Amino acid sequence: MRARGLTKRFGGFTAVDGVDFSIQAGEAFGFLGPNGAGKTSTMRMIACLSPISAGTLRVLGLDPMRDGPQIRSRIGLVPQEDTLDLELTVRDNLYLYGRYFGLPKKLLRERVDQLLEFARLSDRADERVEPLSGGMRRRLTIARALVSSPDLVILDEPTTGLDPQARHLLWDRLYRLKREGVTLVITTHYMDEAEQLCDRLVVMDAGRIAAAGSPRELIERWSTREVVELRFEPGGHEVQGEGLADLAERVEVLPDRLLLYTDEGDATLDAVQSRGASPIAALVRRSTLEDVFLHLTGRSLVD
Amino acid sequence: MSVSPPVSSGAAAPPRRSRTPPALRAYQYNLLAYKRTWRGSLTTTFLYPVLYLAAIGVGLGHLIDHGSKQAVDGVPYVWFLAPGLLAGTSMQIGANESTFPVMAGIKWLKTYFAMLATPLEVTDVLYGHLLWITTRVTTASAVFLAVMAAFHAVPSWWAVGAFPAAVLTGAAFAAPVMAFSATRETDRSFIVLYRFGVVPLFLFSGTFFPVALLPGWLQVVARCTPLYQGVSLCRGFVLGRPGGWDAVGHVAYLLAMLTAGTLAARVTYRRRLVQ
Repeated sequence: MRARGLTKRFGGFTAVDGVDFSIQAGEAFGFLGPNGAGKTSTMRMIACLSPISAGTLRVLGLDPMRDGPQIRSRIGLVPQEDTLDLELTVRDNLYLYGRYFGLPKKLLRERVDQLLEFARLSDRADERVEPLSGGMRRRLTIARALVSSPDLVILDEPTTGLDPQARHLLWDRLYRLKREGVTLVITTHYMDEAEQLCDRLVVMDAGRIAAAGSPRELIERWSTREVVELRFEPGGHEVQGEGLADLAERVEVLPDRLLLYTDEGDATLDAVQSRGASPIAALVRRSTLEDVFLHLTGRSLVD
Repeated sequence: MSVSPPVSSGAAAPPRRSRTPPALRAYQYNLLAYKRTWRGSLTTTFLYPVLYLAAIGVGLGHLIDHGSKQAVDGVPYVWFLAPGLLAGTSMQIGANESTFPVMAGIKWLKTYFAMLATPLEVTDVLYGHLLWITTRVTTASAVFLAVMAAFHAVPSWWAVGAFPAAVLTGAAFAAPVMAFSATRETDRSFIVLYRFGVVPLFLFSGTFFPVALLPGWLQVVARCTPLYQGVSLCRGFVLGRPGGWDAVGHVAYLLAMLTAGTLAARVTYRRRLVQ
């Protein structure tokens, strides 16, 4: 997949502003960014659901503007909002979706059973979707996206709103897909999700790509090895930040905490304490993608 | 657990596709989904005709006929009324199925969007749904004609022609109403459409009494309404006097409405579903 100068405008508003990226077959590729960064618009263009406004885009080597149905027949889409039919059974949802792809009934029945197993929904197969939990619905949506044995699976915020247990189960399922050689394109505003799942990713902000690379590369390039997090009395972070600025390569002042970017966290924390500063709480941790994002945009991801 | 995903990697042969045309695949959704609502629809398709024909056709008809067998338009009232109700019911089902279910496809269940993420195109989604609504009208019309026969309100073999006429009437309403529904943000406008569109048409298009009884200018208006075409067609067939060029005119009117409505729906569907 290749995009050059890919742009999406809605009236006067530019949602995606000339982005370039390419994704290899078999890769897990992430779009990381806060809400409104243009991730979903990009996904919808890739899935041939939304015409591009400018630039070029090739998906599976084809042109989305011309070969929409052909591309979509090889894509599995997990949209941000579930489009399951709540009043039909779990099984019927899978079966009908497969029929949209024109899959023969016999083949489809076998595959539906496999997918129910895969999504751990076999025991709920003949119940309606409505009473299912958010995690179960999400697994069903993912299973549904796989019904056509796609080469490319697009997941738009697959785990937003799920509890940790449900997220881990979903991640496990996505790993399995990746191992099977399916190309995954994932949008998320959770940095742990991006770090766990993505081989490479781009950080998007306000319709543009702010940085690109593997999670490791991004952290190495845009952040320090470690971070010291300090919490002071409310309102004290500004003042403390100025006083401690020379102890770290960089300081970020957040409303609720102070971040000191350094390669030697423990040493920095010792230095802070020898200055007589007394934080309510202190923590040394490794840099994450969230730090990269904070550095690139000056905002935290879940704004 | 060792469950692996049932996917084929890129190198595997593409799965065999069935030859079902895309619009029919969208249609299949409605067919399967209908199994959850078919009980509710029994009221409109079966009970209403019985109630209307019993209460108004037979009950009120008794007062109107005064023992005469030629009280209205030279026939018993129930003969006059039944084909009008047939066309009126087709209109109602056509309109009904093109409002709330379309909103469900766009907003409430988002089934249209589920379809569009697959190889189906906007026109497939539209035609599949329109075909389904036509199916609903078809079964309802068949039931209605059967009920009419039970009430001895089918005096002529020509009545067979009223069946396609009723189906055409329902479809002709469905298409433009679908086009309209796809432009709406909420279901409030559907109530307005009913109050100021469907109900007045049902009452004043020659369904319950001959339009000749209306004041002069209203007669002209009534004769121009779409339901009047359907009512006249059905009544002509049921009473065994289909009428030559008039009938052709009615059919042409309804076909034009179906075509224009479908073309409009293609535009509004695309505008709403592809952004």
